[in-house]
Amino acid sequence: MAHGNEAAGHGDHHGPPKGFTRWLTTTNHKDIGTMYLVFSLTMFLISGLFAMLIRAELFQPGLQLVDPGFYNQLTTMHALIMVFGAVMPATVGLANWMVPLQIGAADMALPRMNLFSFWLLFFAFMLLISTLFVPGGAPASGWTLYPPLVLQTGNAFPMAVFAIHLMGASSIMGAINIIVTIVNMRAPGMTLLKMPLFSWSWLITAYLLIAVMPVFAGGVTMLLTDYYFHTSFFNAAGGGDPVLFQHVFWFFGHPEVYIMILPAFGIISEIIPTFSRKPIFGYEAMVYAIASIGFLSFIVWAHHMFTVGMPLAGQLFFTLSTMLIAVPTGVKIFNWTATMWRGSISFEPPMLFALAFLFLFTIGGFSGLMVAIVPADFQYHDTYFVVAHFHYVLVPGAVFAIMAAVYYWLPKWTGHMYDMTIAKWHFWLTAIFVNVLFFPQHFLGLAGMQRRIPDYPTQFTDWNMVSSIGGFGFGLSQLLFVWLIIRCVKGGERATAGVWDWPHGLEWTVPSPAPYHTFEKAPELH
Amino acid sequence: MSIVKRNSKLPATAGALAALTAMPALADWSRLNMPKGVSELSREIYDMHMIMVWICLGIAVVTFGAMILAMIRFRKSKGAVADTKLLHNARLEAAWTLVPTIILIAMAIPSVDKLIKIEDMSGSRLTVKVTGYQWYWQYEYLGKGVSFYSRLARTSDLARQRGSGIDPNTVENYLLEVDKPLVVPTGTKIRLLLTANDVIHAWWVPDFGMKRDAIPGFMNEMWISVDADKPGTYRGKCAELCGADHGFMPIVVVAMPPAEFEAWLAQQMATE
Repeated sequence: MAHGNEAAGHGDHHGPPKGFTRWLTTTNHKDIGTMYLVFSLTMFLISGLFAMLIRAELFQPGLQLVDPGFYNQLTTMHALIMVFGAVMPATVGLANWMVPLQIGAADMALPRMNLFSFWLLFFAFMLLISTLFVPGGAPASGWTLYPPLVLQTGNAFPMAVFAIHLMGASSIMGAINIIVTIVNMRAPGMTLLKMPLFSWSWLITAYLLIAVMPVFAGGVTMLLTDYYFHTSFFNAAGGGDPVLFQHVFWFFGHPEVYIMILPAFGIISEIIPTFSRKPIFGYEAMVYAIASIGFLSFIVWAHHMFTVGMPLAGQLFFTLSTMLIAVPTGVKIFNWTATMWRGSISFEPPMLFALAFLFLFTIGGFSGLMVAIVPADFQYHDTYFVVAHFHYVLVPGAVFAIMAAVYYWLPKWTGHMYDMTIAKWHFWLTAIFVNVLFFPQHFLGLAGMQRRIPDYPTQFTDWNMVSSIGGFGFGLSQLLFVWLIIRCVKGGERATAGVWDWPHGLEWTVPSPAPYHTFEKAPELH
Repeated sequence: MSIVKRNSKLPATAGALAALTAMPALADWSRLNMPKGVSELSREIYDMHMIMVWICLGIAVVTFGAMILAMIRFRKSKGAVADTKLLHNARLEAAWTLVPTIILIAMAIPSVDKLIKIEDMSGSRLTVKVTGYQWYWQYEYLGKGVSFYSRLARTSDLARQRGSGIDPNTVENYLLEVDKPLVVPTGTKIRLLLTANDVIHAWWVPDFGMKRDAIPGFMNEMWISVDADKPGTYRGKCAELCGADHGFMPIVVVAMPPAEFEAWLAQQMATE
């Protein structure tokens, strides 16, 4: 086995330096993956705190805790941090750790760039979060940054734009790194169509990132010149068009939601087979489904903006193209179900989260179908129905998948098994509260409560209270997750190389914890 | 402003009327579901919405049923042994690609004629220009010389201040009342021209089934129509984030029979 020889062959100079220097100077994919994951968890908690403050304000009508202006800062920062600081870095961290292990590579192809992209991201968020303390406060225009509203931002404006540039650069570098690694460094015999689905999902995600992050960067740069140099890209008085920004934003923003969910699809495609003790059903179809979702994600953007007033043909085109995404997504759901069919299913924590994903993400898919249909969307648009929809795909969708991945691979990272009782408690509390939190928001939206408001007419009180209780419960339950991870890092029952009953894939052939260097000699594939 | 004063009783009377007619509807579904509304468009959109709800529930029963069945029948704890040969089934895979495609296209088809109707502005008998401001609305009855602003009612505005000590539950139509509502005739197709003065707003009254953005520098249009037999007060709010007081710029529309409306309009024109 490759890792057996390596300690003897290379001596100590390959071990990590001690202390803080290790994390500043490391180019090891595992260390960088760990940093991404810890960073993501921290951001998840900070942004979750914002969300709980939002839910506390919405607990009853009237303004109790925050001013309307600060409320808008909270919703904006909650979204920006969750999207760019929590979900994306978590999937990048997982890719850093697992892609080389899954394809039998020694490290990422561009290790220094890898470290650079992490620290860019870190400082991007220090910059973004510091806007809370500048005159005028943080951006309050919603994460969509629509002009002209966003141009009313105070000193935070250039800081937020620069933060977005930094995180964009970081994402692009990360994406290049993953593509180069997967294309060039697969172990001999690992053809593309033998590659594990998590790596596949990241390969396609990386292309989406490279395609759309520059568009977003361009869009915010145009905002910047409108703000400081009196250009008129989005200013109607100068011949510009505020709606142009919305097109630019959503041309980035729609693929962005797939950037968050495709790696989740990859994770679920790893976990369901393991705990059904049966290889994935319809592997090629799964690959093609991810690829077609990736393609379709580029031609549906204007479904976010049906109410801006669009030609009839445009409305129909974006309705139809959006509905078509349900076809490959459906194929994935059916294939996961078929993987379980005639399997031998057990319910360890990763599988519990994967199963919850299967049900709850599908609910988000249904509401997604509904908002895709344009005359009905004239009612749904900008209401809590939409809030419920995208939180169903992002929380019990992307976030549950990430938690499933942590529960799946944590023993491989730490070398310890975690406490199954706490994990199950965490799962059940999270799964129940997430529904208490988001399901009533469907009702609120349909009954006419619009988004992004700190206060509401009194007939919405009941469901807002229920939703807030769900929110507090969900938030507090995550402390169990943090506690479990800390305990697992510190110690616990030793994990075997395979960890699970039916391990499949190269990552389970190396010992647990995975040695600092793995696959320095390419593994033999059967 | 004498106009504001003279008509302050109108919304109250019309509002009471509307409350009476809307009462049975409020009792059941209105807190959980989309309102059927009071116009042809809103009812069509409601019907579409319900069809989609039922289709989604149908698909949910089938897919969730299969998942639950798999979880029950193929548990390791019940001695299930994995059939590792079950990896492909060309026919099944083709079926679950093609059948959803057909269902989805079928779901999208009914939108075509409704969209054509929604985008058809012809035959409108009254045009009102609606301008969004941070944070109130302006209504101009084009060609009639009547124009006024519509802001959050004083009672709500006082109660919504942080630390006001006023319980919102004691305020009638909290955040859904304005000082001067838009008045329209029932049974008439009314064209709204939407624009904004500062940032993007969106004009939305759920009972009319439509919302559309009001964009500075651009003129959007939409039409509304209130059933002839449903005069009353209908309430909505700005639906596009427009800054700090986005949540505090309601829309109130009083729909009255054409004859009454003409009288109201004549009175407005006289005082203007």
